[in-house]
This record gives sequence, structure tokens and C-alpha cells, in this order.
Amino acid sequence: MTSESKPYSGEQAHAAPLPAGGPNPPRSPEPEAGVAPVGESLAKDAWRRLSQNRAAMVSLGLLIAIIVVCIVGPWLLPWGLAEVDWNAFGTGPTLENAHYLGTDANGRDLLTRTLYGGRISLSVALVASFVSLVIGVLYGAISGYLGGRVDNYMMRFVDIMYSLPFMFLVILLMVVFGRNIFLIYAAIGAVEWLDMARIVRGQTLALKRREFIEAAHALGVRDTKIVTRHLIPNAIGPVIIYVTLTVPKVILLESFLSFLGLGVQEPLTSWGVLISEGVDMMESAPWMLLVPSIFLAITLFCLNFLGDGLRDALDPRTR
Amino acid sequence: MLIYTLKRLLQAIPTLLIVITISFFLMRVAPGGPFDGERQLPPEIEANLMAAYHLDEPLPMQYLRYMGNLLQGDFGPSFKYKDFSVTELIAQGFPVSLEIGGLAILLALLVGLPLGIAAAIKRNSTVDYVVMGTALTGIAVPNFVLAPIFALVFGVLLGWLPAGGWNGGALPNLVLPVVALSIQQIAYIARMMRASMIEVLGSHFIRTARAKGLNEGEVIWRHAIRPALLPVMSYLGPAIAGIITGSVVIEQIFGIPGIGRYFVQGALNRDYTLVMGTVVFYGVLIVLMNLIVDLLYSALDPQIRYDD
Amino acid sequence: MLESRYHAGRRHRLCLPLLLGMFAFANTGLAATLEIGIQGEPASLDTAKIGGTTWENDVLGDLFEGLVTLDPSGEYVPGAASSWDVSDDGKVYTFHLRDDANWSDGEPVISVDFVLAFQRLFDPANGAVYASLFYPIRGAKAHTKGNTDAPDLGVEAVDAKTLKITLDQPTPYFPTLLAHIAASPVPSHLVEQFGNDWTQMDHIATNGAFTPTSWVSHDHIAARKNAEFHAADDVALDGVDYYPVEDRSAGLQRFRAGGLDIVRDFSPDRYQWLQQNLPDAVHLAPQLANYYFALNQRDGHPTADKRVREALNLAIRRDVIANQIMGDVVTPASGFVPGGVSHYDAQTMPGLDQDTESRAAKAKALLEDAGYGPDHPLELTLRYSTTEANKRIAVALAAMWKPLGVETQLINAEGAVHYAELAAGNFDVGRGSWVADFDDASNFLGILQSDSPKNYGGYQSDAFDQLMNQASHETDMDARQQLLEQAERQALSDYAVAPIYVDVSRNLVNPKLDGWKDNALNRHLSRYLQEREQ
Repeated sequence: MTSESKPYSGEQAHAAPLPAGGPNPPRSPEPEAGVAPVGESLAKDAWRRLSQNRAAMVSLGLLIAIIVVCIVGPWLLPWGLAEVDWNAFGTGPTLENAHYLGTDANGRDLLTRTLYGGRISLSVALVASFVSLVIGVLYGAISGYLGGRVDNYMMRFVDIMYSLPFMFLVILLMVVFGRNIFLIYAAIGAVEWLDMARIVRGQTLALKRREFIEAAHALGVRDTKIVTRHLIPNAIGPVIIYVTLTVPKVILLESFLSFLGLGVQEPLTSWGVLISEGVDMMESAPWMLLVPSIFLAITLFCLNFLGDGLRDALDPRTR
Repeated sequence: MLIYTLKRLLQAIPTLLIVITISFFLMRVAPGGPFDGERQLPPEIEANLMAAYHLDEPLPMQYLRYMGNLLQGDFGPSFKYKDFSVTELIAQGFPVSLEIGGLAILLALLVGLPLGIAAAIKRNSTVDYVVMGTALTGIAVPNFVLAPIFALVFGVLLGWLPAGGWNGGALPNLVLPVVALSIQQIAYIARMMRASMIEVLGSHFIRTARAKGLNEGEVIWRHAIRPALLPVMSYLGPAIAGIITGSVVIEQIFGIPGIGRYFVQGALNRDYTLVMGTVVFYGVLIVLMNLIVDLLYSALDPQIRYDD
Repeated sequence: MLESRYHAGRRHRLCLPLLLGMFAFANTGLAATLEIGIQGEPASLDTAKIGGTTWENDVLGDLFEGLVTLDPSGEYVPGAASSWDVSDDGKVYTFHLRDDANWSDGEPVISVDFVLAFQRLFDPANGAVYASLFYPIRGAKAHTKGNTDAPDLGVEAVDAKTLKITLDQPTPYFPTLLAHIAASPVPSHLVEQFGNDWTQMDHIATNGAFTPTSWVSHDHIAARKNAEFHAADDVALDGVDYYPVEDRSAGLQRFRAGGLDIVRDFSPDRYQWLQQNLPDAVHLAPQLANYYFALNQRDGHPTADKRVREALNLAIRRDVIANQIMGDVVTPASGFVPGGVSHYDAQTMPGLDQDTESRAAKAKALLEDAGYGPDHPLELTLRYSTTEANKRIAVALAAMWKPLGVETQLINAEGAVHYAELAAGNFDVGRGSWVADFDDASNFLGILQSDSPKNYGGYQSDAFDQLMNQASHETDMDARQQLLEQAERQALSDYAVAPIYVDVSRNLVNPKLDGWKDNALNRHLSRYLQEREQ
């Protein structure tokens, strides 16, 4: 196995090829003398490294807390999603009447609606990001790996999908599937996987010429395994970061669709919708903007740190 | 490379044809038509309008008529803005969107790339946290919140800049829209560049370069930057196409006469010809940008080849 | 030491006022060019191609002048015609055009300009939206339909300055129709030369107080004073720029920053804030516009049952909607035709004058009577088009009907889809509104006629149709008023619709402007405006 002993030519020298798991297999604990070393799976190692990252752990905890509050909170609060308090239109946070964070312009409790909105925003974000991740990663990796004409056709298909008028796509889905929240998931997922695919394909094109892939070939590893066990884990870094960037895009895209009447219907709401309602009342009722914005900001911050942590944890090369 | 480029350009034609055809029929699936509105028209007037725009012909015939006109460079009149043809609307609006979007991307690259690189080099230091914190604000605060806040603070309360309007592209009118648009992009670019740099900086060949005694500057600028740019390029291709075709939010809030609104308004008004015009236009841009990015891939990483 | 510090302070203190003064000057926005923020982009400057929106009124109203025009208070006064005679049977109008009426390129305004304008309006090839407004003219409807055996169009050029219009029946409000922008003349000399392209900026001519010089789509339309206008001496402004501002908040910010002198709408949510912060600039005035929900009376819909319609109407607390939801900006409606329409007294839907509790009780009783109860709840679909205000009213209605045991499904759709679904009858309760095209009750009541395309609810009443028909033949204004009011009472007692509020015009006007008068038509011609002497 050639490695650092290869003369440096001034151009990029390439990573030393090593068997299964990419250029650097996960470090296992130091073996005791005389005892065969116990290997560690990628997942366990990743988790161990992640749990040592404080920012990521705090973020994970906060995220779970927010999810739990959004699910359980509305059951504990006195006001309902669509319940109008005829005496309190657009009032600020107060302890009386249990409008802890104020009411919206229709007299409905803001905290309650924010939590219900969280359910929608978080579930859309989760599903759409997951869909775009799975489809995008697989599509991009396969396209980049197979290369040549297959890559060409697959990427031209991506070009076509980019160019189609998104609004009409959503309307078509609405016609076919009716007014279903899953339609939003589908529409958003259908658009977001394109970016992911291109990113992964780019990574794959760069990676597939690496010696460790050639070695895997030479060892007779099947193509599917090469893609799933070698290419994808090494391309995962920017992918994770991009997922953390996709989530806010998805949340805002959902609010855009709902605003146009193509998304969730009243009385259901989402953070994006609440925020856009709040922007108009920015000067007269600032809590309407602040409350959902803060929830969204905290979620995105946590996601960000968690994403960084995951990237560090899953990167086979850093220690 | 030249042959590859030519092949791709030639392939653009069938790609665009497919886009146009799918979009044409996709649009008609949507309920409602260009003449449905608050003023419900008496049947004879609606019939007149449909006939005037050939909407009463069978769909395949309308398609052929449209393609025939398209091949002569005629995108047709806008159904809604009747004193303008689609070509005129796009020709008037695109330079505006290009100026704002182009400046925003330039600003984003000039600020975002160095920030991302700095954060990656000085990982987990104060610099890193500050950069990432600022980037996070760009991600967490949506455009439609940031833009009105800018207009309010800088336009109304401080009075430093106009709160809206295009004014022929005068510099004071450019500042707020460009900055508002670029902030989100700065955040994205900084984040992706940082992550990518960290990856690359941890790889073996960088270790080799350092082991050979190259100074840090050379390591970063001569060896790390190029592969690190790859995923950022992948993201930027479609992103640039999207930004220079205008942001609906920015245009609406700052009153900028770009083409971004046509993508949304066109669909909402069922202005079929305008939508088709934007689809063709955007399609050309996407194809071009993705081609440029693909060419850049092989410039950044000589191992990437397209000729297997 | 002290001395030098004193001098230094002196210098700085001069700078600041200068700086502020510069900004104040730069932000005045008022030279002799008026900057108006209109609600949207006009579809065209050609009357045969306009889409029928209020902002087209704003622009075309300044550029063109019809036979009849408006004074600052919204009263109808002679425009391009200096006077007119009406025949005894009320069907033939003879207009005498002004001698000094000219197009901006110097050509005189002649009767052929009006003849051509109307011909284009009724030409099937143009599909003009406002053709139906002028159906009272003989042959108009037949021409629009493309009938080959149509009678001659009742618009005739007797001589260069005399125009004769013949109607099918006496229409007492006909002169008011002529103030509508769709009745504007077209420069026949240009139409002959350029055809449909006569509105291009390099050769367009107009006969109103202003002429357009440039049009950057979705940016602004620039117009300058028309020196050939017959009342040009009375026009104080040098020019007008129209900026489409679809986002109401953005329009408000630009007004506050001094970029716009007038903004033709603002969000009702901001009214209270505006009252406190910009009281001199806010103009709220009753408008001839209503806001209502159509109730579907076709078979298969729960709203086909009159008891259901009555119950729904009784349960709506219109005062809450007007005050809490619309921020005190609008007036609760009691009938379909808004108050303020000429020759008309507003009517009240039966039962609305009772107090809230009795109404709620009666509503419950009616629903029980109709067979609805806790085990068989009334389920309704309510459709509205996408605006913030519509959403809030829809939510409020659902909440008001909930205590009756009504389950309301809210469906929000974009404009085109919303009205398509309404026209197709796919709804139980559907939001609608109407802004008067001209000042007459028949413009509103016509919506409820069984053959009207705007009759979304499918209201069919022979009594109502008969009364409307009678009224259209009646020449005596008082008798006509009686008939129309009777017709509305019929419709209201049938609970044909659910009226919600009477709309109000909302304008922001720079206090430095003189000549603005709030009026019910919300038409404000720029020719009457001027900058106050400082």
C-alpha cells in the first residue's frame, strides 16, 4: 500500500488507500497487551464522539425539549388552537387569562398557536429534509459513481426538474392528492432533493478516482457496497451541513405555500405563517413576531450546532 | 473539454424542449384560468376573450401554435399585462434582477468565502464562534422579516436610504435590497465553506503537505481551497440562477421591478404566456449554470473527468 | 483652552442643522410632481383591454376624460361634453362636445373618438371586460355576442362635435356610467394609424389633465401635465408618477420615508397606529363597496334551507368584526347595498336589530328546526381568497358559528381558483365583495338577479327579478327608488347573502397637499390637487 512514501509532486497527493471504511477507519480503543482488539462500529464511534461535543449535546437536548413541548404543551394549556377570546384581540403577554405570551390579531392565544405551529413546521422540516436527503444522496451518488452517459442523463433530468414552474407543480399535486399536509411534504421534498443530489454528485465525482475506491474495486467489492459503504460516508460532511441549511428553507417554503392557500389551512398554522402575520404587526404588536421567531431561531441554532457536531463525529478523517 | 462543452450545449436543446412541453401541459392542469377573477364575466365576454387568445382551441393545437411562435422568437403577449409582450417584460425586468442579484452574490462571495475559511482555520476559537453566530442569524431570520426591518430602520426611522422604489437603479435604492438579499447567502456560503474546509484540512494530502514543511499559507491557498470549493460550487450553480432571476420577497417589499414576481404572479394569474416565458428563461439559466459548475469541477479537481 | 473648545463646539452645532435640513429637503417628495402609490399594476392604458381594477381608475382617470367627469367631491359634472339633451322618452342622449377639448398632440377631440371607443368596447375580438357595463346602449349586447343580425350600435357621430347615444330603455343613471374610465374616448387618428398599438409611449395621446411619458412595468408610470387640456390653467401639478405598491406595509414605509405623497390603501391593522402617529395623513371615508358571503342555495347544500341562512346571519356579530378584527375601520353592514348610494335608503336585514342573546337563541332554534343538533351537526365549507383580512374574518365567522354547533371547514385559495370555484358552485359559504362601478343601487342589486354571472349563491326569486325588471323600465327616480328598495327587502328577507361590512376607503395623503376631498366613490383626480404654499 502506497502512502506517505509517495514522492510529493507539487500537485495533490492522494489519500493512502486502506480497506473497508474509507481512508481512515474509526479508531478503536488502544488494545491491551495480549488481547485481540475489540472493533467498534461506525455508529457507536460516532455517537461516542458526538456525546463529547458539549455544544452538540446541549443542542440535541434543547431540540428534543422543543419537540416534546410542541407535542405535549397544547394538551396542558387552557386555550385551544382556534379558540377566540373575544375580550383579548391582539393583547400582549399577561398572566391573567393565561395568555402567557399574548394573543394574535384574531384573539387566539399565541403560545398555544406557536406550539401547534411547531408541530407542523417541525414535522414538515423532518419529513421533507429526510426525503430530500435520502433521494438526493442516493441519486447523486449513483449518478456520480456511474458517470458517463448515465450521469449525463440523470443530471439532465435534474436540470429539467429545476426548470419546471414550482407553483404549478404544487397545484398539480393539490389536484391529485387533495388538501393534505402530506402534499406539502411531497412538494417540498420534490424540490429540495435536487440541490442535495448535485452536491453529492460533485463529491462523488471527486472521490471515485481516489485510490481507496480503486482498491475496493480491485478487492471485488460490489458497486452497491462501494457506493453505500465507501462513497457516501466520505461525502457525508457537506451533506449534513446542507441538511441543516435545508431545514430553514423548508420551513419557510411551507409558510410561503400556506400563505398562497396551497399549504395548511386555517385553523392549522405553522411558524412561518405566524411569523409572516407578525411582520405586519411589527410596530404595534411586536410579540406576534417575536414569539414564533424566537422558537424558530432557537430550533435552527440547535440544528446548526448539532449538524456541526454530527459532521465532526461522522467524519472518518478527523479525530 | 471543448467537445464536452459543445456536447452539453447541444443537449441543452432537447432538455429545454422537454421542459417547455411539460410546463405547457402542466399549467393547464391547474384549476382556474386567466380570466377568472373578482369580476365574473358574462359568458359572451369570456367567450370573446378565450377566442382572442386562442384558448378555445384544442390543447395540442394551442401547443403547436405556441411552439411555432417560439421558434420565431415570439413569446406572445402577456395575458394580464396587455400593453406588454412577454419579451418586453422579461427584457425590462431581467437587468434589474441581474443587477441586484449579481451584486448580492458578489457581496456574499466576498464576505462569505473568507469568513468560512477563517472560521475553519481558527476552528473553535472566538473567530469561529463570531463568524458562525453571524451566519446563523442570516439563516434563522427569514428574508421577509429582515427586509421590512431594514426598510423600517434605515428607510423610515433613520432616513439614510429610500424605503423602497427602484429609481432607475440609483445607488441609494440598491443598498438595502442587495444587502438584505446577500445576508442569507453569506450565511449559507460561510457555513458550507467552513464545513468543507474542515474536511479538506483534515485529509491526508494536507497532512503530507504540512509534513513536507510547507507554510500554512501555502497549504491553505495552494492546496486546500480548490477541493474545498467543490460542494460550495455545487450549491452555487442553481443558487445563482435563482438569485439573478429575482427574489419575490425582496422585489415586493422594496418595490423593485425585477422578474422574480413574474414567477409567482404569473402562476397566480394563470398568465400562461408569461409563465412559459419565465420557464424558458430560467431553464436556459439553469442549464448554463450547471454546465459552468461542471466545468469548474474539473478545473478544481483535475481527477474529475467526464469522458468515460 | 476654554475659548478653543467653545469655538469647536460652535462649528459642530452648525453642522447638524445643516445636515438635518438637507435630509428634510431630500425627503420632501413634493416638487411639483405627485408621487402616488397605487394598489397594483394596470393591465393596460387601452380602455378595451383594462381588467377592471380600482388602480386602473386612478391612472386612466387622470389620463383620459370622458363625456362626464367627477369633481373633487365625487359629484358628476360635465367633462369632454359641455352639455347634453335627453329625449322625452329618456332613450336618446345628444352630447355637445367642448370646442376647446383637444388631445395632447393638438388634435381636437371629436365625436368619432367616442364612437370608435364604444365600437372597440363591444368588439368581440377585444373581449373588453367592461362591455357589459354599457349594455343599456342599443345593440351593445348583441354586438358583443357577435350576433350577425345585431341592430346598429346606438352610438352615432352627428357631426364633429355632436354625439348621439340611443339606449334600449330609459336608464336614468346613464350619465353617471359615462364617468367610468371605460367610456373614455380614444384618439381615432392614432388608432387608424397604429391600431392596437396606439398606447405605445412614443406616440400615445390623451385628452385628460396628464399624458404619460414612460412606463416601466411594475416600477412606475410617469405622466406630465397635458398643456392641451381644456382646463390646463387650473391644473397646479407639473406631473404625476404612479408606483404600484402591492405590499401595503411596504407602501406605508415608503410614505413615511417621504418617497410617496399619496398611498391609495393601507392595511386595516395599521389604522390605530396611524391614527396615533400620522393623524393628519390618514383618510378614512365610507365607500360604495360592500363585503359579504354568498350562501349557496342550490340543491345539495345545507345553505339551501332558508332557516339555515337566517340562523347563520343572526349569529354573526358584525360589530365585533368591524371593531376588533377590522380595527374600527369599516362599518358593520345591515343590508346588501351600502348606505350613501344616491337615491337610495339603506335597508336592514330582518332580525339584525335584536340583541345578541335573542339572536343567538333564535339561531339555535332555527337550526334545530331544520334538523341539526349535537348528533347531526351542521357542516359547512367556507371559501375565501388569500388575504390576511379575509382569513381573519373567516376564522371569526367559524368561531361565531361554533356555539351553534356548526362545524366550518375553511378553505383558502388563490384568487383565480377561489372565483372559479365560486362560479362552479363548489362551496356553501363563499366570500365576495363588490365595489360600485357607478353610483346606483342597481349596480349592487344586479348581482342577485338570477341571470347574473356574479350571483354565486344561485339566488332565484321571481319576485326579486320582477321588481328589478320593473325598475329598469321606470323613469321616475322616486318610483324607481321604491322598487329597488322593495327588491332588496325581498332579498334580505330571503337571507340571500350574509352581508358583513360596508367598506371604507383608506388613503394616506401628505398633509401638504390641498384639494383632496374624501368621497364615496374613492375617485380623486390629480388635476384638483396642489401643493400648499409654504
